Amino acid sequence: MSTDTSQSPAPAVGGDADGAVSNPSALPGRAGVPFVRTFQAELRKMVDTRAGRWMIVVMAAVAVLILAGFVIWGPAEDASFAGLLELATLPLAMLLPIIGIMAATAEWSQRTGLVTFVLEPRRGRVVLAKTLAAVVLAAVVLAAAVAASAVANLVGGNGEWDLTAAIGGGMLLALLLYVLQGVAFGLLFLNTPVAIVSVLVLPSIWGIATTAVSSLQEAGRWLNLDQVTQPLLAGDMAGRDWAQLVTASAVWVLLPLAVGTYRVLGREVK
Amino acid sequence: MITVENLTKRYGEFTAVDDISFQVRPGSVVGFLGPNGAGKSTAMRMMTGLTPPTSGRATILGQTYRELHNPGRQVGVMLDASAQHPGRTGREVLRVAAVSVGVGRARVEEVLTLVGLTGEEAGLRVRNYSLGMRQRLGIAAALLGEPQVLILDEPANGLDPQGIHWMRGLLRRFADGGGTVLLSSHLLHEVQIVADDLVMIGRGRIVAMGSKDELLARGGTTVQSTDDARLAGLLEAADVPVSRTGSGLVVDAEARVVGEIAARESVVLLELRSGGSEGLEEMFLGLTAATSREGDAA
Repeated sequence: MSTDTSQSPAPAVGGDADGAVSNPSALPGRAGVPFVRTFQAELRKMVDTRAGRWMIVVMAAVAVLILAGFVIWGPAEDASFAGLLELATLPLAMLLPIIGIMAATAEWSQRTGLVTFVLEPRRGRVVLAKTLAAVVLAAVVLAAAVAASAVANLVGGNGEWDLTAAIGGGMLLALLLYVLQGVAFGLLFLNTPVAIVSVLVLPSIWGIATTAVSSLQEAGRWLNLDQVTQPLLAGDMAGRDWAQLVTASAVWVLLPLAVGTYRVLGREVK
Repeated sequence: MITVENLTKRYGEFTAVDDISFQVRPGSVVGFLGPNGAGKSTAMRMMTGLTPPTSGRATILGQTYRELHNPGRQVGVMLDASAQHPGRTGREVLRVAAVSVGVGRARVEEVLTLVGLTGEEAGLRVRNYSLGMRQRLGIAAALLGEPQVLILDEPANGLDPQGIHWMRGLLRRFADGGGTVLLSSHLLHEVQIVADDLVMIGRGRIVAMGSKDELLARGGTTVQSTDDARLAGLLEAADVPVSRTGSGLVVDAEARVVGEIAARESVVLLELRSGGSEGLEEMFLGLTAATSREGDAA
């Protein structure tokens, strides 16, 4: 114990023992940073790295190539607006989850968490910001795909504007589920390669298992994300399809999201 | 002001930080000195809310880190200069932080100038940065929100001697403006240049703390003669504790005592002074030898 009469028993070093230098106090206000700024920063971080930019460029390029290829060589009578959009969203469904994964894992694999969680110590809000940013990014990318498909339809499609609200909404919802699945697996594994391989391979293994093993077939109908999103993309969801969508999403998206968030909250940042 | 009270971190059986307490007052640059694995980084991570302490607590400006309003505005933190996304440019790293902290782009350019990164360097991806440039970028990020307190882990690591002196000037000006700086280092000569006060830590425990001058004075007298072996023998015969360094002897006695013995026995002295870096180095090794994993070698 020092004889220092200040509030703390800890021995002091440095500065002026007489307290001639004024003791600054903490800024008043609520803990942490306003959520809007965390969200803006997280959205920006998804697209400001070389890897993030390339993912967007590759997604756009593949979508454009597919559209152009179909318009030039494909069967013209099938090239309706909805048909083209469905093609254009194929690369998005593949690559958006990877952007979600990278957003979640970079804090740990690139160790940027040492900065992120120092600027906003309430990690749950960072996770929420990442999740929302992934959703917004997916919506923006889908909007771009809609625009590209419309152009393709005008240039070389059959000119049929057959996109219903059910199909459009279904596509949006499916893409959101896939990008959220990416974020969830990223949070769960906190390791980019493991998370990417898991997102690509685990559902396939499960899909094969449910078709090969007869006793798993019924479970597969309820717990296979790829299978339950098919009626969603086609725009014909019936009551049971919704129930199956909910159960599959709960297992493949919500569960890893919950476990992953819990991991991030408690984990030591090194 | 940084206050650390009985801070402890255990990993199973292993105690990384063992009941440390100290307070860093405003207006000072304090060096947190210790060998590798002494617990410096763990202690700093606990101060900044990244690692939950096993017991004890740390406060900054009177609040725990997690209670701070917009921490980036109050505490500048750099815990690892190499922990940056390699695919981002230096300027982009700062702009993202600026969004979160809530400062404008003009401030980003300001801190870039402050740490001596040119516009061209700021446009490079961090992948292409040297360790010294990463340190400067990390310090720029720490200064971004014009904080009152700086917590820097090994900030001089990778800097050339000129860079270390530049950092001294920067941190000195920051402290003169009423700021509080805690920086860690495992290199004594480095921390000696940059800091005015020291907290020495070994195997998770504080082994010494105080002003650099005070600790230097405790470091004894440095002496060099034409015949160090004989002088050491004479001093030992006179019950004066002596230890050998690469370039002479460090004696735990006043310079006058050593000079008198040398004069009596006609030993030619080449150098005789109190304190000095050898003394502190000797003390650093001595203090940490008991607690360091390299104890036998030291």
